[in-house]
Amino acid sequence: MIRRLCVLTAVMLSLPALVRAETPLKIGFVAEFSGPQGALGQDQFDGFMLLVERNGGKLGGIPVQILKEDSQLKPDVANQVVQKLIERERVPIIVGLTFSNIMMAVHKPITEKEVFLIGTNAGPSPIAGAQCSPYQFIVSWQNDTQAEVVGQYAQEKGYKKVVALAPNYQAGKDFVAGFRRLFKGEVTDEIYTPLNQLDFSAELTQLAARKPDAVFIFYPGALGINFVRQFQQAGLLGKLPLLSTSTADGLNLPAQKEAALGMISGTFWGPDFANPVSRQFVEDFEKKFKRIPSQYAAQSFDGALLLDSAIAKVRGNVADKPAFMAALKAANFKSVRGSFRFNNNHFPIQDMHVFEVAKDAKGRISLKTVATPLKDHQDPYHTLCSLK
Amino acid sequence: MSVIVLLTQLLNGVQLGVLLFLLSAGLTLVFGIMNFINLSHGSLYMLGAYFGAAAYTATGSFLLAVVAATGGSLLLGLIVERVALARLYAREHLDQVLATFGLILIFNEVARVTWGPSSVYIDVPGTLVGAVDLLGLSYPRYRLFIIGVGVAVAVALYLLIHRTRLGMLIRAGASVPTMVGALGVNLARLNALVFALGAALAGLAGLLAAPLMSVQPGMGEPILIVALVVIVTGGIGSIRGAFYGALIVGIVDTVGRAFLPELLRLMLSPSLARAAGPALASMLIYLVMAGVLALRPQGLFPVKHG
Repeated sequence: MIRRLCVLTAVMLSLPALVRAETPLKIGFVAEFSGPQGALGQDQFDGFMLLVERNGGKLGGIPVQILKEDSQLKPDVANQVVQKLIERERVPIIVGLTFSNIMMAVHKPITEKEVFLIGTNAGPSPIAGAQCSPYQFIVSWQNDTQAEVVGQYAQEKGYKKVVALAPNYQAGKDFVAGFRRLFKGEVTDEIYTPLNQLDFSAELTQLAARKPDAVFIFYPGALGINFVRQFQQAGLLGKLPLLSTSTADGLNLPAQKEAALGMISGTFWGPDFANPVSRQFVEDFEKKFKRIPSQYAAQSFDGALLLDSAIAKVRGNVADKPAFMAALKAANFKSVRGSFRFNNNHFPIQDMHVFEVAKDAKGRISLKTVATPLKDHQDPYHTLCSLK
Repeated sequence: MSVIVLLTQLLNGVQLGVLLFLLSAGLTLVFGIMNFINLSHGSLYMLGAYFGAAAYTATGSFLLAVVAATGGSLLLGLIVERVALARLYAREHLDQVLATFGLILIFNEVARVTWGPSSVYIDVPGTLVGAVDLLGLSYPRYRLFIIGVGVAVAVALYLLIHRTRLGMLIRAGASVPTMVGALGVNLARLNALVFALGAALAGLAGLLAAPLMSVQPGMGEPILIVALVVIVTGGIGSIRGAFYGALIVGIVDTVGRAFLPELLRLMLSPSLARAAGPALASMLIYLVMAGVLALRPQGLFPVKHG
């Protein structure tokens, strides 16, 4: 009798384990999916899902269920969806995040619950420095580095006088500061325009009158499309070298078209990379979505590759947090950017490149790699992070 | 050199001004004549831009795009006025604000569903591509074209209001609507006509702005706020007021944005000037409006009664 009871208990105890083997691993995906910035989040999601679907709905050999949530570019909404994912859905991993202000709003709520945060876009400076957490793994870049590489390029080009323009908000000032960090010449003027200003006639006239050696801009999304088109309409294209960060990206180029030709942009990856992982990624993405993948898709694809490698290493047991953390930190995967490794603050140490907007082999407007001013580059905040 | 820059910035200001004028003309007439606050005027601007962009993309003819933008928003204005807004003329301003705010939400959502959340872009029409040389500074040909269109519309409106029978009725309707009604004029039809005319001009403004700025849901609201500043500054109900008010607002905004940060740099430390400059520049038009309201509450160019 007692023996039978024991067997029964054993069977019952093993039931949850059996059920767990059936239910897929839940992963939250939080990004901007609505409004004019929705294209950004969509590219992040498409890049991530490309690998999940290629693997037949699995990451690291384990079936996964991706719970997609829209943070609507509102910090309060982002907090709600994160809370829902963690408390109701009990996800051990949250991927994505598009804007720095949203990242700052949810970073603490996620990491202090010991949920793994795989950031595939925003890299604000506080979480790279003093506020870093061992549960964060940012596979994209630290914000400043995207501008630092352009500053270094301007330095190497020997420009003496540069005028910088950006929207009048924190990120705008951060990117201009990033540009200035490695550029030794003079930034003769910093022009900050209201975030909702779409007509740049006054600023372009000032620019034409100043005749600097080059112009540096940070105008993400629709702002960048408007600025670049008006820059060309004003007859400045080709006369003034136009250096940029997050302005001539894969999402904006289809709208900027010829107006962007010759523009310089700095980031970590471009669709013309020759390594096999990147080539396969670009080919698959274009086949599926009929467009050139943006860097946002590439970042998220790398995020999926990272999870794939780490989940495989712990054989799906992400509940063993120290082991899973070590597996993520090891970052044992082939990235679209070639090699990949994490710094002490769980941001990548990577080469930063400069691209020129040019026509690709098929005659489409795309990004062409022209230089690699920063090799194995670390962000300037990693020393402030207490992680080893 | 700096004189040329100043002149170019004035030109930029005039260009913004005429665009604002096209938008404010309808707003001020509707406000002045029907005593009706139409917040959804910006939606007509947005939809005009969408109609024009769709026609331009489909046919490649900018002239057809103009027809589509003005015609489309004229028709839409007529329908909205007859179906929804005409019932609200007798109601309080708060009801009107509420109803037309609701219309904004509806139109923005319709635009989002129809054309998607991302922005739509159209190119500058072929003959207007490029820049002309203004004494060493290049100026976009298309912006000159906008100024030309705006001034032409202003002249045409002036003639319409002051030299035609219809204009006489509009002026009379603005001053003493009951008397005009008693004389056998169909006021409802007059109102609808004025409303549709304003809608068509808003649509035209939307199309003219489209090759410069992105066409996107919600594009009408920021510019509507500036248009309200224009009609308050110029004097409500007056086309002349809308014209001069728009030019003042356009020039103050542009010249302020261009020169205020530099001016502040002469007086303040660079970092303080950098922080205060853009903030003060974007407030400037509101400061002008506040000044006008304090000194001349009826606006700079009010309607002449009697």
